[in-house]
Amino acid sequence: MSDIVEKTLTALPGLFLQNQSVGGPAGVKASFSSRLGGLVRGITALTSKHEEEKLIQQELSNLKATVSAPATTLKMMKECMVRLIYCEMLGYDASFGYIHAIKLAQQGNLLEKRVGYLAVSLFLHENHELLLLLVNTVVKDLQSTNLVEVCMALTIVSQIFPREMIPAVLPLIEDKLQHSKEIIRRKAVLALYKFHLIAPNQVQHIHIKFRKALCDRDVGVMAASLHIYFRMIKENPSAYKDLTGSFVTILKQVVGGKLPVDFNYHSVPAPWLQIQLLRILGLLGKDDQRTSELMYDVLDESLRRAELNHNVTYGLKALTYVIQQDPTLALQHQMTIIECLDHPDPIIKRETLELLYRITNAQNITVIVQKMLEYLHQSKEEYIIVNLVGKIAELAEKYAPDNAWFIQTMNAVFSVGGDVMHPDIPNNFMRLLAEGFDDETEDQQLRLYAVQSYLTLLDVENVFYPQKFLQVMSWVLGEYYYLLDKDTPEEVLTKLYKLLMNASVSSETKAWLIAAVTKLTSQAHSSNIVERLIQEFTISLDTCMRQHAFELKHLRENVELMKSLLPVDKSCEDMVVDASLSFLDGFVAEELSQGAAPYKPHHQRQEEKLSQEKVLNFEPYGLSFSSSGFTGRQSPAGISLGSDISGNSAETGLKETNGLKLEGIKKLWGKEGYLPKKEGKTGDETEAPPVPQESIIMETVDQTLIKKDQCQVLTQSKEEKEKQLLASSLFVGLGSESTVNLLGKADTVSHKFRRKSKIKETKSGETTSAHNRTCSYFSSSSNATYEDGYYLDTLQDRGDKELNKLSLNSGLLDSESLTELPSVEKLSNCKLSSSPSLFTDNSMEGFQPSQSTALSVANETSLAASLLEETSEHMHSDLVEVCHNETISLSSFKIWKDDCLFMVWSVSNKSGLELESADLEIAPAENFKITEQPGCRLPIIEAESIKTFQYSVQVEKPFTEGNLSGFINYQMMDTHSVQLEFSVNLSLLDFIRPLKISTENFGKLWLSFANDVKQNIKVSESQAALPSALKTLQQKLRLHVVEIIGNEGLLACQLLPSIPCLLHFRVHGDVLALWFRSSCSTLPDCLLYQCQKVMEGS
Amino acid sequence: MIQAILVFNNHGKPRLVRFYQRFPEEIQQQIVRETFHLVLKRDDNICNFLEGGSLIGGPEYKLIYRHYATLYFVFCVDSSESELGILDLIQVFVETLDKCFENVCELDLIFHMDKVHYILQEVVMGGMVLETNMNEIVAQIEAQNRLEKSEGGLSAAPARAVSAVKNINLPEIPRNINIGDLNIKVPNLSQFV
Repeated sequence: MSDIVEKTLTALPGLFLQNQSVGGPAGVKASFSSRLGGLVRGITALTSKHEEEKLIQQELSNLKATVSAPATTLKMMKECMVRLIYCEMLGYDASFGYIHAIKLAQQGNLLEKRVGYLAVSLFLHENHELLLLLVNTVVKDLQSTNLVEVCMALTIVSQIFPREMIPAVLPLIEDKLQHSKEIIRRKAVLALYKFHLIAPNQVQHIHIKFRKALCDRDVGVMAASLHIYFRMIKENPSAYKDLTGSFVTILKQVVGGKLPVDFNYHSVPAPWLQIQLLRILGLLGKDDQRTSELMYDVLDESLRRAELNHNVTYGLKALTYVIQQDPTLALQHQMTIIECLDHPDPIIKRETLELLYRITNAQNITVIVQKMLEYLHQSKEEYIIVNLVGKIAELAEKYAPDNAWFIQTMNAVFSVGGDVMHPDIPNNFMRLLAEGFDDETEDQQLRLYAVQSYLTLLDVENVFYPQKFLQVMSWVLGEYYYLLDKDTPEEVLTKLYKLLMNASVSSETKAWLIAAVTKLTSQAHSSNIVERLIQEFTISLDTCMRQHAFELKHLRENVELMKSLLPVDKSCEDMVVDASLSFLDGFVAEELSQGAAPYKPHHQRQEEKLSQEKVLNFEPYGLSFSSSGFTGRQSPAGISLGSDISGNSAETGLKETNGLKLEGIKKLWGKEGYLPKKEGKTGDETEAPPVPQESIIMETVDQTLIKKDQCQVLTQSKEEKEKQLLASSLFVGLGSESTVNLLGKADTVSHKFRRKSKIKETKSGETTSAHNRTCSYFSSSSNATYEDGYYLDTLQDRGDKELNKLSLNSGLLDSESLTELPSVEKLSNCKLSSSPSLFTDNSMEGFQPSQSTALSVANETSLAASLLEETSEHMHSDLVEVCHNETISLSSFKIWKDDCLFMVWSVSNKSGLELESADLEIAPAENFKITEQPGCRLPIIEAESIKTFQYSVQVEKPFTEGNLSGFINYQMMDTHSVQLEFSVNLSLLDFIRPLKISTENFGKLWLSFANDVKQNIKVSESQAALPSALKTLQQKLRLHVVEIIGNEGLLACQLLPSIPCLLHFRVHGDVLALWFRSSCSTLPDCLLYQCQKVMEGS
Repeated sequence: MIQAILVFNNHGKPRLVRFYQRFPEEIQQQIVRETFHLVLKRDDNICNFLEGGSLIGGPEYKLIYRHYATLYFVFCVDSSESELGILDLIQVFVETLDKCFENVCELDLIFHMDKVHYILQEVVMGGMVLETNMNEIVAQIEAQNRLEKSEGGLSAAPARAVSAVKNINLPEIPRNINIGDLNIKVPNLSQFV
């Protein structure tokens, strides 16, 4: 084929020439109608890039003249535009034609318009200023009766459209969702999806319409709506659980071949739809047993029909995801995986390793890690190495079958990963050696093995190890060489000395090396090498090394001091250092009495000097004497001298470092850990313990596997046998054993080397599957009722100050329950009455509410009674239970303080026992700054009592829906610890407070704000009247009404801590024209959304 | 989302460049070149997916390509797209081109760049997959073609010329350059000269 084209291309110019030479009309035609053809031919005939450039520049200047000539008709323009597109594609600038492209789209007939739109979408980007000129045309075309025009407009809207102009076309596109033509509906859905991507808040009010699209009778429209659902479900799976049934039904129909044959692709029914639906179901079913159960049938069906071998990587990818949920599925495809391991394409190999990584267990670890190392040795790309090395180290820590293997694997990791690997790897490794496990002899063996293996490695001549590896070696040798029980460390000192003299060793590594030498010197009594080393380095140019050498020299003179400073095998114990240097007090006092100046810290001296002089500093080195020697001492390598692991020894002296708690850590890796490969799968099957009914599916999987194995045996070649052997070693432990795992969490294999101090993990393997509900009662708009009381006097009910009775349900609609809050008003009055500068200067960050005033609770449950310490002066939500189990119940409520949102969680202990080490932790959340209030840590919760935890929450940037999650930990007497998770929804309204300003200030602010959003919303008859709309906004959004002028209203609010937002609104028939302005770019959008929700909801 | 659709020939000459994400002009050209070099060095028998080059966003983006005779079709997509889905989408796109151009070849893409863009617009809209059903796409294109014919029929002639040229070297297909047809159109043309 390529030959043919090549030939054709060369023949082409001749052919056209022929045509032309025929002369007459045909020639004329060719020369005009196919100018593009001429251009292309011209380019093809050229030999160099330079000539091409010349030709195109010439072409462009011709075009420039043509397009700007007034005589050029739109038809000619259309032709020019195609040539411009071609030039741009080749990378030449044709910006002079942009405006003409827009003109063509505005003025041309259908065909010309089409070229114009195409050119615009290729030339411009969505922030291009010229695009604004197109908005009116798009609006006009959207309203056209010609389907093609509507289609073009929808296409351009989804291709490039200025974000701020979305409101102009949004209602038109919304209408198109009801259009009678499928293609229009489909394009409209996609255009709205595009809007959802670039400005989610503006389309949030039409989510209900997407549901209609999902149920559309046209498959294409339904498929288009899946895009948007995929996206939304990814963002918030819990909100769409109710649609699981619909998706399953759709998938069932697709898989069952219920769609028209048109949708078959290579006899697979609508594969794209299947993929999309499966991914959606995957998101919905993740971590949710009940939802998942709904889809098992259809998943099984789809799996059976799918052919995984179509393109291997794809299969692998899918498999990787599946395996996260269910490792046994990998068993079915083990032969495919083995083949992929030998695949020539490195990408496939890597994906395969990724998959293997996920199915690793204590039994197949050696084989898998070996495969990974093989790949590692071949790869050169840095990020692959970093990634893979990290994985190997992690697996080795988790599942190492024995000491020797572990050390060797880590050696490989260090020598290949070298200096690019994550610093955590060597750090963790050293910490592991130092901290050890339960079994002291086992620890010593591991250390001893490490020492021996490093000595052997250092024996090899002419091998260069990465710096990080050398550092690890020197630390290990320094700490644990004594385990070898040799009289003098002469041998190892020689090796270290050789390294020290090696020019390729970095100075950081040298510091590690000399630290090791120092440690060893304390064990050796006299050593020539050490002396020689001191001699060499006391005159070294490297100040840091010189420092070390001098330290070593002086320490050697005082053996007692040296021994106490460098004790053997005490790297885990903290040194007590008198950081205040109190032993010098006498000396200081003496000097002071003799008239010495008191010591001033460096920065203080510098400041004083500067303030005194206030003139140019002419001394060249006057102030910058600090660095070299001083910092040299602080270098990490220097610190390693005392106690490498516990970090800076001075620091450890100051704070009682959290001692490493090693008790209670299971010692898991031992001889029984590594089971040799089992022959075939039959072994697994017979050994399988009786499993509960949930795992019956698993059993059947195993059985089918055996059947497969059996028939395969008959036709096996030798090669296949090898592969099967590999397979059996790779997939060992995934079969019947993991059925047990399936019942619990997927990865309950306890980590071999895990340290308790590092990982927040409840000690017991059985994490209590607690009630884990997202608590969404807190959509605060429903129970927050702020009332300014300026315009709605009739609603005031000053008598009703019993906040305790504010109830969740009546709060919303019942005007009688509106409560006026004098204190809120008072506070905000004095704060916000004056000039705009107040908002920006107001720093409210330093707020520290005292515990007593902060508490105020709606007294709904008897439990909460005890929480009520003082009557509230702030609005608050009702107490809602967020999670509970048989022992405790955790409730929470919000207090809308003037300057922050205050969250109170109260834990009530329902049991008769004391709860120990109760601790509530809130995960750091995006957008929020969470500050824990003092006095929250309560180690013990007595029987049948209540404790509260308080947090103040600040927003960092505007959002629409937020979520705070966290967990509570506690321990019952003598039992395992229990962890309960919970989450609470936050709404933007939680952080909106009225902003009381005068009309004059409103005007000033209005002009100073750059970000605005306008939107018209339709409201029902009852809402249309100004007072009622105003009331709604005032109550539910906590807006302050600044002034009402005729049918227009001015409102103001602020987002905590102090971002003002202004709203201008006008009632016009049943349309409410809203116009937000703020100094923050996203706030108007978010508020608009809330506003729409409120207006539609009521 | 599809970030970009690139079609270039075996020598790296761009034949269709369509970006759905904004890149400056010169970066676009560099991306085309970079992608070409990434794809070129791959054998035909290895996997059709690879990680995106550094310019387009690195490993988070995938390049999915197919090689047809003289042309590479490369789709650059983000993680929200399924690789296999896109791979098949390329096939759908090319098959559609084949239906619309009757035995498509590189020349069609060169001389009817605008048409190719229109066809693409019916498959991918603003970076989102609009339609995968080939009959549906062809129906849309035909609807547009009817429109074109009714408005002038100007561009129909060169299309025929090219398809004639295309068949020149294929012995089993008779040369069917219909001179008469061309002559008939000429009077219409003279008014634009």
